[in-house]
Amino acid sequence: MWLTLIRDRRKLMILKRIVLGVFLITGMLFNAADGSAAEKKAKVGFVYVGPIGDHGWSYQHNVGRLAIARTFSDKVKTTYVESVPYGADATRVITKLARSGHDLIFTTSFGYMNPTLKIAKRFPKVKFEHATGYKRSKNLATYSGRFYEGRHVVGLIAGKMTKSNILGYVASYPIPEVIRGINSTIIAARSVNPKIKIKVVWVSTWFDPGKEADATKALIAQGADVILQHTDSPAPLQQAQKNKVWAVGQASDMVNFGPKAQLTAIIDDWNAYYINRTKAMLEGTWKSQDTWGGFKSGMVKMAPYNKAIPADVVAMAEKAKDGIIAGTVHPFTGPIKDQSGKIVIPAGKTADDGMLLGMNFYVEGVDGTIPK
Amino acid sequence: MSELVVPVLLTIITASTPLVFAAAGEVVVEKSGVLNLGVEGMMIVGAVVAFAVGVKTESATLAILSGATGGMLTAFIFGFLTLRLLANQVATGLALTIFGLGLSALIGHGFVGKTFSGLPKIGIPLLEQIPVLGSLLFVHDILVFLSVIAVFLITYVLNKTRLGLIIRAVGENHHAAHSIGYSVVWVRMGCILFGGSMAGLGGAYLSLAYTPLWVEGMTAGRGWIALALVVFASWRAWRAFFGAYLFGGITIIQLHAQGFGVDIASQFLSMLPYLATIVVLVLISNNSSRMMLNAPADLGKSFHASD
Amino acid sequence: MIRLELRGQVSERMVYCSPFFAVIMTLLSGMLIFSFLGVNPTQAIITFFVEPISSIDGIAELCVKATPLVLIAIGLSFCFKANIWNIGAEGQLTIGALAGGGLCLLFFNSSSQFLMPGMLIFGILGGMAWAGIPAFLKIRFGTNEILTSLMLTYIGLLILSYLIHGPWKDPEGQNFPESRLFQDAALLPIILDETRLHLGWIITLICVPVAWMLMTYHLIGFQIRVMGMAPMASNFAGFRGKNIIWISFLISGGLAGLAGTIEVAGPIGQIIPVISPGYGFTAIIVAFLGRLHPIGCLLSGLLMALTYLGGDNAQIELNLPNAVTGVFQGMLLFFLLASDVLVRYRIRIVSFKNKHRNIG
Repeated sequence: MWLTLIRDRRKLMILKRIVLGVFLITGMLFNAADGSAAEKKAKVGFVYVGPIGDHGWSYQHNVGRLAIARTFSDKVKTTYVESVPYGADATRVITKLARSGHDLIFTTSFGYMNPTLKIAKRFPKVKFEHATGYKRSKNLATYSGRFYEGRHVVGLIAGKMTKSNILGYVASYPIPEVIRGINSTIIAARSVNPKIKIKVVWVSTWFDPGKEADATKALIAQGADVILQHTDSPAPLQQAQKNKVWAVGQASDMVNFGPKAQLTAIIDDWNAYYINRTKAMLEGTWKSQDTWGGFKSGMVKMAPYNKAIPADVVAMAEKAKDGIIAGTVHPFTGPIKDQSGKIVIPAGKTADDGMLLGMNFYVEGVDGTIPK
Repeated sequence: MSELVVPVLLTIITASTPLVFAAAGEVVVEKSGVLNLGVEGMMIVGAVVAFAVGVKTESATLAILSGATGGMLTAFIFGFLTLRLLANQVATGLALTIFGLGLSALIGHGFVGKTFSGLPKIGIPLLEQIPVLGSLLFVHDILVFLSVIAVFLITYVLNKTRLGLIIRAVGENHHAAHSIGYSVVWVRMGCILFGGSMAGLGGAYLSLAYTPLWVEGMTAGRGWIALALVVFASWRAWRAFFGAYLFGGITIIQLHAQGFGVDIASQFLSMLPYLATIVVLVLISNNSSRMMLNAPADLGKSFHASD
Repeated sequence: MIRLELRGQVSERMVYCSPFFAVIMTLLSGMLIFSFLGVNPTQAIITFFVEPISSIDGIAELCVKATPLVLIAIGLSFCFKANIWNIGAEGQLTIGALAGGGLCLLFFNSSSQFLMPGMLIFGILGGMAWAGIPAFLKIRFGTNEILTSLMLTYIGLLILSYLIHGPWKDPEGQNFPESRLFQDAALLPIILDETRLHLGWIITLICVPVAWMLMTYHLIGFQIRVMGMAPMASNFAGFRGKNIIWISFLISGGLAGLAGTIEVAGPIGQIIPVISPGYGFTAIIVAFLGRLHPIGCLLSGLLMALTYLGGDNAQIELNLPNAVTGVFQGMLLFFLLASDVLVRYRIRIVSFKNKHRNIG
């Protein structure tokens, strides 16, 4: 068989040369790479649910990872594993990170909660941080952003900017995080304009630019003139720009996808948190804790406001933001009624974190019901 | 009324066009007796190449052409493996999808967050001035028109021309076609490359017109739907067109229904397009002998002259 | 000029040699790619293929990852042998997992020893039920199974999404889309301490010889093979085509459903919004790589699992993006599939002059 493959000697010689060449090249590279043996660095690992090219959730976490790499370039080595599915694979990947000498591991999606908890028990010396979950242990901390604070500011602006009094909301899945955002938006919007309604379209995906764009178009066709989103791609903003309505960017400043349409964006900024926690790990002061950071800690930020927003509206938005930072404004301040008109948060009271975390009802002003 | 209906219909056209391209291309491939399950992979390579070229050159024409070429080159891998090396078609197609998703992510690495101006709308003179219908049917970007033309051309070529006869003969009975003197391998290669370029155009439509941006995995399973639509269409291009619009239409209408506050869990609404295609297929395939006649008899079988 | 020449008979030697040939080709071209990406190629290959299985734990992980792939691929082999195109194993897996896991949620405070076996049986039945729909539609209406089985996959995934965002949420789970954690009685026992290797692997290892016997020695296997090779002949022989459609769909659906339940009752331990990262589709490749033979499926399932583990490792150790794993996996599969040609054909390199002589 080999003889038939290589019929005559000349061809054999050519083949030999090629093979030899390949080995020579690879050998050279082998030597080159071997020379750069680095001294022992602390290792920080990240697990992402999406590709870092999603321009949304995972992308922003990776921006945070790069901030660690920049800040501690001589002390810390960072690694990441992207597109890790929930379930059996997540457990394997996190375990692998723990085993391969990582000192601090960030698991950045809610579905990693139980795997992270399980593995944290098995590796008591490794420090774990789980984003958006609620289970903690001695070496497992949790962290998340109070994005509803950003939604409050956005709701105020949207309430002032809408002419049709209909806001459109492209939503992913009916989980508390998303429902909290919808409620926060409508409460703020109705505080400046009680006639406002909000229409919600669930696309049953975190990430499908085409479907997100379709949902946006449906909302615009039904009269929405401000588009808000809780999905990952810039497609809704892009559609808003095309149809000359307003929109709000998600997770990062998406202004180049809709320079005219983007009112502002709610930015997830993990940099400061990641740098602080890495520093704590390096200095030995790391403790398990629960961080739910908002405007105050800089975890939630607003992108620059659109020039088209009137100055008094910007001032109102900034005032609300300052109020939230100072603690004088809370996005969920009573009286707040649910859709049936029942008072869920009495006048003068604010929602506590427990209620916010498990939020599972729409407030007044939302069209439709929560998919159950 | 028309203020609401026209935008809905326009959205349906946008949602259906990528499916039309990919499904119509795959009709030709399968008619020649080749089952290429790698549509998703070819589509996404087309999408990323088109977008990359579009961003670099700012030329819509070049972008569209490179999208088609990207799909075609990906399809060539499949053609070479299955036709020359007689690799199993089903498995090779699936491997092509894995490969294409990975390759597109590598190519697209530097293009996340970049923008492209989109495709210009073209109006057909005179016709575009018809009230309502004009803006609905005669003002679109070039790819929408191209998708319709492609369906007409494919239907015409497959049914009315000698070339179509050869393609169908090769798909129906490759040994017979071979013995009359047709080169089975080259006919099939031509069809595979054509199907690849059509899938590439479908991808290009996604990244240039539908949502002019690049993000990893942006085809989000549309290649698979296109594959199912070929079966739905019982291997006829015009029926694939109809199927794509049925599927796209129900997807869009369920989103609108939610906006109107229809009180059904969104997951059940999202099931509708899948359920509808099954139900319609059951209804039209009741006459099963007719269905069988349309399916190419040698679909999925490797060909070697000495077999 | 390369030409293929049909061998008189299948080359026994090549059946075993061709995969090695493919692996060598993959390694060589992989090394080229890695050096192109600026990664030390030898180290990359070791990271990819050797390191993941250089410990007991690594081998256990390999088996955990391979379990669903092998189970589903064995089932699909029955379908593909009979020329039935069931590409909806992903949906059958999902419904199986819901049936098996649902039983556990129904008896969430039971610690009966019958719970876990009952879940496995329910999982099989769930997968069978979902696979039964395309089988029924094909027999009753002549509806093509490629479309129905694929569409039913999406419907199955949406049913999972509905249940886990709604009625099956953990009541104490702060409205997170996850079910209760399964109680110990519902979990598959670990068979190797300090690892995740669970009973599902043993079940898989039992399925391999059983499927082999069924395929080779039992009348059903014979009928399936005849139907795949010559549908007309099977009609003459008096086999009932309908029965074969039913049987092959039920076997593959049942095994996919079993795989789904094993996932939720094994490494996952609860029902979550994403049960399988596409095992049902990957298993189609595994089945064909394994030449639709149970032992082949076992080997190719292990190889496929290894590429995933290697991919994780390459990201962690070499900082290679996930996309490289996809490209590399694709290439490995291309070479493996292409090398199959050596089993039935001889490759001859001929110059154009020779070619004319051959024809003349």
